[in-house]
Amino acid sequence: MHPIVKLVAQRLALGALLLLAASALIFGLTEALPGDAAQAILGQAATTESLANLREEMGLDRPALTRYFEWLGGIMTGDMGLALTNKLDIATSIQSRMANTLFLAFWAALISVPLAILLGLIAVRYQNRWPDKMISGVTLASISLPEFMIAYILIFFFAVKLFWAPSFANISPSMDLLDKLHAIALPVAVLVMVVLAHMMRMTRAAILNVMQSAYIETAELKGLSGFQVIARHAFPNAIAPIVNVVMINMAYLVVGVVVVEVVFAYPGMGQYLVDAVVKRDVPVVLACGVIFAAVYILLNIFADVVSILTNPRLRHPK
Amino acid sequence: MSDTLLKVRGLKIGATVYPPGEKPHDIDIVHGVDFDLERGKVLGLIGESGAGKSTIGLASMAYGRGGVKITGGEVWVNGRDVMKSGLKDIRKLRGAEVTYVSQSAAASFNPAKKIMDQVVEAAVEQKKFSRKDAEQRARTLFAKLGLPDPDNIGERYPHQVSGGQLQRCMTALALCPEPDLVVFDEPTTALDVTTQIDVLMAIKEAIADTGVGALYITHDLAVVAQVSDDIMVLRMGNTVEYGNTDQIINNPQEEYTQALVSVRSIEHEEKPPTPEPVLTVRNITARYKGTNFDVLHNVNVELHPGQTLAVVGESGSGKSTLARVITGLLPPRDGQIDFAGRTLSGDLAGRSLEDLRELQMIYQMADTAMNPRQTVGTIIGRPLEFYFGLRGDEKRKRLIELLDEIELGEKFMDRYPAELSGGQKQRVCIARSLAAKPKMIICDEVTSALDPLVADGILKLLLDLQKIENVAYLFITHDLATVRAISDSIAVMYQGRVARYGSKSEVLSPPFDDYTDLLLSSVPEMRLGWLEEVVANRKMESAGN
Repeated sequence: MHPIVKLVAQRLALGALLLLAASALIFGLTEALPGDAAQAILGQAATTESLANLREEMGLDRPALTRYFEWLGGIMTGDMGLALTNKLDIATSIQSRMANTLFLAFWAALISVPLAILLGLIAVRYQNRWPDKMISGVTLASISLPEFMIAYILIFFFAVKLFWAPSFANISPSMDLLDKLHAIALPVAVLVMVVLAHMMRMTRAAILNVMQSAYIETAELKGLSGFQVIARHAFPNAIAPIVNVVMINMAYLVVGVVVVEVVFAYPGMGQYLVDAVVKRDVPVVLACGVIFAAVYILLNIFADVVSILTNPRLRHPK
Repeated sequence: MSDTLLKVRGLKIGATVYPPGEKPHDIDIVHGVDFDLERGKVLGLIGESGAGKSTIGLASMAYGRGGVKITGGEVWVNGRDVMKSGLKDIRKLRGAEVTYVSQSAAASFNPAKKIMDQVVEAAVEQKKFSRKDAEQRARTLFAKLGLPDPDNIGERYPHQVSGGQLQRCMTALALCPEPDLVVFDEPTTALDVTTQIDVLMAIKEAIADTGVGALYITHDLAVVAQVSDDIMVLRMGNTVEYGNTDQIINNPQEEYTQALVSVRSIEHEEKPPTPEPVLTVRNITARYKGTNFDVLHNVNVELHPGQTLAVVGESGSGKSTLARVITGLLPPRDGQIDFAGRTLSGDLAGRSLEDLRELQMIYQMADTAMNPRQTVGTIIGRPLEFYFGLRGDEKRKRLIELLDEIELGEKFMDRYPAELSGGQKQRVCIARSLAAKPKMIICDEVTSALDPLVADGILKLLLDLQKIENVAYLFITHDLATVRAISDSIAVMYQGRVARYGSKSEVLSPPFDDYTDLLLSSVPEMRLGWLEEVVANRKMESAGN
């Protein structure tokens, strides 16, 4: 078998194992929290008897391990179960919310990744001159502000003062693409500003690191121009670290958007998860948690494989 | 057009330095150098590190490494003053009229790109050839340079060919755009002696066939004597002597040149073996963890008190692995090491403090073997505290003794490694190992990173210290001149085995086995015509191919 196929298979197997561990961890942590769904529904005034009744009805009186393995068995066959609180099928509820979250992440990524790499290349080309300093300054400022702060600042100017975009990013399947894009303009802008600096600075650092190599001198002594040297000789050797930081930020766009979704009241996974945690709705928390973990693990495997593929020593063994 | 390809007049080169704790300031590296190079001729630039020879070579391409810049004088290439050219014209010059071969091809090839793409890049980019013609030319050059499978080797990545082959690919890269001038910057220094000959011969023939002019930069006078028409001796940015090769080698006028020509003047009388060896290596076989082949096969050597055993071989011959086994860093698979009348544990963890004290080591890179944040006094004082528990005045007295022994003196006590020269750093490392009062010191290529004259000083010091302290040296080296200078007995290693072993006079006297013959005949000799002679008389292929 080609070593790369073997490697990908290994990583995938390892990822599956990790996912299993993550689900156990999430289950354990929700169990460890004080209170449960029955208490959350009935409130402080509940009697011991009514609590016990509701628990029995919900199946919460059975041992935790039994419930975990039941849930695990279900998810293996594609059944995420029913929400404890409203008895709705979790898979159906998650589907549309996941689609919304991915929609937001997709557009944020589409803008931020090429922009970050381009800005990184420009910063290297004009290292320590004004374009570099300006790019570094602006991106640093945007990463230093908390994201809800950026969100409210953007809302204040573009929604309240200028009326360019709505402050509530509410989208529904009936809207056409342009309307949807208009609705999510502000959250996408916030996300881009949050992830841009990290990726751009990493691109800059990775390429500058490669620029110290002797083969860059060889390229310069061939009479190549500054951009040719960077794009042809430095960039291919900097792909691995760049892909790694890009993937971490992609994962953040999917998993870490909770704050942005809440600020813009966006109907995505983040809000759904927060609601479920408040109501101690363990099956929903588990489902969301496992999906987030899966996204995170898959993106990291992808980054791993790409960085190995860009290494000619592994692609072409002796 | 005149026949002068490169004309340099009053060349001055400077750089901005940033010494720790001081304000950045400008220093001069080259203080006004003049020379001419005619079309099709080879000029050798020779000198020790810091002489400014690489800097001068790169100046012919209007290039300065780091903060290096040309501060004065004229550099005329093909009748144009490159100092007065704009960046655009300079780019047209680089890679088209003037090309460069660096010391380390392994570092100078982009690891992510195929060899062919890199070899033809300049020729195509500078519109000298179409891609197709350039590739054809590259294949012709690969064949001319004696590379195996010249039609397909370009499809490989740099890590897929050997060091000697890559160095030849680098020469092809430089010759591919049909330049007028090639700057060879120590092109064979990083290679084993037997490989060096092949590459040297390939370069020499390629220069003759293509009629290109060349600057050949090296610190090895014997090498430059084989390829150049003229030689310029440089020292600290000044011309010491400039003349044709025959005159410089056979009739040097300046004292410094004479010292370079006659370097390695150490005489050392071979001592007879004693009844009680301090170290006996018996049937050692070893392999690295996770591999399935032995790198040492059944190695047997002995070292006697107060004597030197030179372990000589090329890279990959197993000589450093032998040192790792003796120090306990690599437990052997089989065999036994007796040291000072006892058997040593194969594993480092099983050795006593006494074992560790009596067996010291000195490394090739003195730089990385010392903590840059500790003073010389702290570095040498550490074994005094660790092994003998010396403190205060007692320790200070011993420290001064040691500093006097290595000819540095008390004033060096509070200096940091960064304030020392390469030779001084190695002396501090010697003092540190002596501080433990060892019975034996393993010296791993301790002079390889030093200039010849400095290396000579270190070897003399080691021999003097051996007489005083009666310490034995296991001296690992690839340099046969060093072996001749200091050893009492010699082990020649080849592919993990001891190919020849005995007293110095035995090992270095004929009849030789084929490998020892190849190794001995490959050491460059300082006479004209040596290269052609040795290539004609070889009995076996060099190990690097």
